[in-house]
Amino acid sequence: MKYLTEFRDGVRARQLATEIRRLTTRPWAIMEVCGGQTHSIIRHGIDQILPADIQLIHGPGCPVCVTPLDVIDKALAIAARPDVTFCSFGDMLRVPGSSQDLFSIRAGGGDVRIVYSPLDAVRIARQEPDRQVVFFAIGFETTAPANAMAIKMAKQQNLTNFSALVSHVLVPPAIDSIMAAPDNRVQAFLAAGHVCSVMGFWQYPDLCRKHHVPIIITGFEPLDILDGIRRAVAQLETGQTEVENAYARVVTHDGNIPAQQTLQQVFTVTDRAWRGIGVIPNSGWKLSEAYHDFDAEQRFPVSDICPCESSQCRSGDVLRGTIKPNECSAFGTECTPRTPLGATMVSSEGACAAYFNYGRFPDVEGMRTEATA
Amino acid sequence: MSDGSGESAAGTGMDDWCCPMPLRDYPSIVLGHGGGGLLSGELVEHLFLPAFRNPALERLGDSSVVQVGAQRLAFSTDSFVVRPLFFPGGSIGDLAVNGTVNDIAMSGAAPLYLSAGFIVEEGFPVDSLGLIAEHMSRAAAAAGVAIVTGDTKVVEKGHGDGLYINTSGFGIVPDDVNIGPSRAVAGDTIIVSGTIGDHGMAIMSVREGLEFQAAITSDTAALNGMVQSMLNCCRDIHVLRDPTRGGVASTLNEIARASNVGMLLQEDRIPVSPDVQAACEILGLDPLLVANEGKLVAIVPSDAAEAMLQTMQNHPLGRHAAIIGEVTASHQKLVAAITSIGATRVITPAIGEQLPRIC
Repeated sequence: MKYLTEFRDGVRARQLATEIRRLTTRPWAIMEVCGGQTHSIIRHGIDQILPADIQLIHGPGCPVCVTPLDVIDKALAIAARPDVTFCSFGDMLRVPGSSQDLFSIRAGGGDVRIVYSPLDAVRIARQEPDRQVVFFAIGFETTAPANAMAIKMAKQQNLTNFSALVSHVLVPPAIDSIMAAPDNRVQAFLAAGHVCSVMGFWQYPDLCRKHHVPIIITGFEPLDILDGIRRAVAQLETGQTEVENAYARVVTHDGNIPAQQTLQQVFTVTDRAWRGIGVIPNSGWKLSEAYHDFDAEQRFPVSDICPCESSQCRSGDVLRGTIKPNECSAFGTECTPRTPLGATMVSSEGACAAYFNYGRFPDVEGMRTEATA
Repeated sequence: MSDGSGESAAGTGMDDWCCPMPLRDYPSIVLGHGGGGLLSGELVEHLFLPAFRNPALERLGDSSVVQVGAQRLAFSTDSFVVRPLFFPGGSIGDLAVNGTVNDIAMSGAAPLYLSAGFIVEEGFPVDSLGLIAEHMSRAAAAAGVAIVTGDTKVVEKGHGDGLYINTSGFGIVPDDVNIGPSRAVAGDTIIVSGTIGDHGMAIMSVREGLEFQAAITSDTAALNGMVQSMLNCCRDIHVLRDPTRGGVASTLNEIARASNVGMLLQEDRIPVSPDVQAACEILGLDPLLVANEGKLVAIVPSDAAEAMLQTMQNHPLGRHAAIIGEVTASHQKLVAAITSIGATRVITPAIGEQLPRIC
């Protein structure tokens, strides 16, 4: 298939792996920022064909995973209201709050609906004027433009029964925060290609200079990721710290200007808590003053929230890249996609779920060696 | 039970998963309990199996094989709640006949007679019910079975969702045929009868809010004709399953567990149509976990594999049949695959409902 099979070509993948092996003279730690990249790496086994000196650290770029627990608990409380129709992307429904998830709210009689576009939530609000429709607007710069457009359209249509529970997060402040952490081990980044398709990459040269780190704008297919790693290693080995665009078939320097303009109208930058990580300054969007009336948190105040994280869950360490998912003692035992202790085990883009779904159990390594022999 | 979703699929083969776990997560039934994955399996293993326990049920095949006099009957039941009722390539009527016919055929039996139960919501258009009955009649004729008994119940408006159908049926298993989920042995060859994921993605393409332009049609079809051709080619087929809800991944995991074997697939040999592949990529779904309604997985002795593949490819429903892997003595209860770039991954069964991803 065009734009798919040619980026999964096994022969070319092995050539790139050989090239990376040739370039590598010492250990390097490279973080892929986006959960979609993590998923692709584990699904295709890209890390298995890299030299042992290249360590991939899985970054925090899974929107479902980093949505803070108190926001999930607020969502659950709002969704349980009899007057509310709560609309969400599908993979938020199984994310555990302090005591239950959105599926349980639905089973208990709550009107929780999976939508595939935020505009569907606007349509539902228009068609069902007696319902208070709340859209769960989460995600990175990738999902934000469509969410912003939906809120803008709701305002244009004077919909008084539509609101959004907003918890958007931004990639560049997260990179800044990771590099500033005292225990940081990341030496190069594969930046999230789809985020850059919206935002461009004009923000990245400053980060490269500030932290002396190469940033490679990278796609999601095996050859994209291998090419991103190859470019990162080439820079690391020669001491360069540049931005490189390895996803030029999608990403331009300036990004999608109309989308950025819509974002500026609807949202304003705010400090944001990231689940498992903590508050990162200026790392999120909230509704701007002009769209304040559409804020579900204002419309449905939820006060008695007492967020309670699992004491066993080490998703924070996973999201910061300080441990691999299968190094957590709960991995695959107490914590599975069926019984997740944290959001990283729920979302298809979460690092823990990727490790589980593609069988990265410590006791499977022997099988892997045998299978490839 | 006997609907293709019912096996206890601990899946990843970790030893401590083998002991029964309580239904600890949900005090109420959630949609995932009907998704054909791990949650469905747990419901059967921990709730229904203890309540009904008997040797025929414990085999947990697509159909149950019971001795009646000198003959072995394959007996199965299935309920159909698909939305929308009409979709590209078929309707709930086609599914209701083909689903039960296929469950019976997976025992190697020739399906003979079906029952049909209708639960209809007050206000449902008679024209639509008539059209669905016509589809059932057409599907039954194509499969060579007769619907010989039935039942109709009408529930008050708001107490049902239009129409639900249950069908049951039976067929006779030939004396020299012994097909079952626990019969896979190391060295066997794994064959799938065609492109996977067509039905699930056809339904998803017309689901409210997700309508996307794709030429994907459901593969709903009765497989008993092809199974007869396959048995004429080789009587010693070890396992047959139709990978409905939960997809090929869940089915293979169930077989690996029931037979206490491993499996190694070649990922790039698994047939997936370009449209289904594209739709799955967009939604973040794995075709291996998407439902099929007119495909089967066959596990056969390796020396019969090539002839079996030819037989299947010569049948109209098996044109795209492919050998996708082999049964191994190693990594018992695990299904692994060599990926397109030459690495390996483990293929795990579905948990509950597949959820389209956020971005």
